Amino acid sequence: MSEPKFNNSLVRWIDHRLPVFTFMHHEMHEYPTPKNLNYWWNFGSLAGIVLVIMIMSGIVLAMHYTAHVDHAFQSVERIMRDVNYGWLVRYIHANGASFFFIVVYIHIFRGLYYGSYKAPRELLWMLGVVILILMMATAFMGYVLPWGQMSFWGATVITNLFSAIPLVGESIVTLLWGGFSVDNPTLNRFYALHYLLPFVIVGVVVLHIVALHRFGSNNPLGIDVRGNQDTISFHPYYTVKDAFGLGVFLILLSAVVFFLPNSMGHPDNYIPANPMVTPAHIVPEWYFLPFYAILRAIPDKLFGVLAMFAAIGVLFILPWLDRSPVRSATFRPIYKVMFWVFLLDCVALTWLGAKPAEGIYVILSRLFTAYYFFHFLILLPALSIFETPRSLPKSIGRPVLDGGGGAMAAAPAATRERS
Amino acid sequence: MADTNEGTTRRDFIHVASATAGALGVACVAWPFIDQMNPAADTLALSSTEFDVSGVEEGMAVTIVWRGKPVFIRHRTKKEIQEASEVKLDDLPDPQVDSDRTTRPEMLVLLGVCTHLGCVPLGQSATDPKGEWGGWFCPCHGSHYDTSGRIRKGPAPTNLAVPPYKYISDSVIKIG
Repeated sequence: MSEPKFNNSLVRWIDHRLPVFTFMHHEMHEYPTPKNLNYWWNFGSLAGIVLVIMIMSGIVLAMHYTAHVDHAFQSVERIMRDVNYGWLVRYIHANGASFFFIVVYIHIFRGLYYGSYKAPRELLWMLGVVILILMMATAFMGYVLPWGQMSFWGATVITNLFSAIPLVGESIVTLLWGGFSVDNPTLNRFYALHYLLPFVIVGVVVLHIVALHRFGSNNPLGIDVRGNQDTISFHPYYTVKDAFGLGVFLILLSAVVFFLPNSMGHPDNYIPANPMVTPAHIVPEWYFLPFYAILRAIPDKLFGVLAMFAAIGVLFILPWLDRSPVRSATFRPIYKVMFWVFLLDCVALTWLGAKPAEGIYVILSRLFTAYYFFHFLILLPALSIFETPRSLPKSIGRPVLDGGGGAMAAAPAATRERS
Repeated sequence: MADTNEGTTRRDFIHVASATAGALGVACVAWPFIDQMNPAADTLALSSTEFDVSGVEEGMAVTIVWRGKPVFIRHRTKKEIQEASEVKLDDLPDPQVDSDRTTRPEMLVLLGVCTHLGCVPLGQSATDPKGEWGGWFCPCHGSHYDTSGRIRKGPAPTNLAVPPYKYISDSVIKIG
């Protein structure tokens, strides 16, 4: 990498002493990126931007919020009615959380499809799973803060998960609550942690990016970059592409914030928390539903909780479950189908998580839960052995020559060769 | 790239146009995030206070709260009014005649916040030090105010402010 030349003398003076500009030039400007990334690769940087939006809107809300059981609900209503643009900032924050999970789930499934978790990117992937877990904890505690009925009973149910731990479970739950039920001490510590964790996420995101920039992005072909002919500089090519994707994303976010602001929330959370009455049908936020379905599918308290945590935990060992040397599903005929089956399984679990835990829904939940673990623990290791991958292209730059290459990648290149 | 006569290109135009559109967008989004720190609607709703001054006897002073700050209401004696109105304007750091500072000469209404750095001056109760001119004395940095609340000595730059108020009946004033 060449040393960048800066025209501004002040920039040169600073950079000589504190090479931040050289760093930014290397990592955000000339950073060599595979030239064949498709739009699914937009969601990483998009997730980073959504994190910034969440932190900025969250700090604004913290300026007006009161973390006390007697005032929390009223202070949120005051934000909605009295604070200048408070309604806008709160709706950005509440819907931003949902959009954050949409973006991150797409980002994760992109990684699953193109094998982005495989060597040498195992730690990059695992750091991503850490970010997902931190996001879930943050989102859960944030949902408690408005102190509505769903806040209160969500907090009660989720903290009670820990009571499933043998011997010390009850003591742990009392410790989490700071009392004998979800009450003011619980609300106060959730607020403190809800403010803290996003900055922990920022820290892990930095590690995630450091690990990413060690080997650079994976790509739709899943083959290694062979040289300069396979890459283009991050700026302006991917900055512009990411900016375009951001524009589309912001249009969608704005549409929901301005026209459907409560569509992803639950109306019961506009009823102040009442420790004496549980709402008839309590469901978590949509982004927890698949895991909630897995929890309810197991007819045993301890094993239900374990299965739910295992559903996320299994992602940590994914790089060692899928031993196939081929990354991209484009060249894995069976995995390519099974990926979509697995995605449907996750959608089905999301749907089942919102249904009452009775009758056919319980049976379906068990089937889809079994398939979830079958996919990771049996199918992927088996495919590593039995699947015959298609031949890989020699390089990103010339995917079609020498007989390799998928139809998608091959067609335009072949056209170019002829013309 | 099609060069124009001035040596600028269409690409330059696109760059400038994009940056301008981006800056406008950021400014539009920034405003709600800044304006949220301004007083909220419920805070603004508390911004006027009514007070019945008929209970304030001659020589007596009362402190009431308006927008979270003290307002001094002093029923001045004849002597105090006379002192305040006979001062030569040349002797005042912030010249203002006494009659401009009251609606009714006997009932002085002042914002009880020192114009230096915001402390509350002493002088409302009978035992307070009232400064060398018999008005108010700010203990923080030693500003002396006269019986019209005008600065006479000390670091404060201007007179004690007169809040906007009017008599809404014979004896009730509405501040704000």
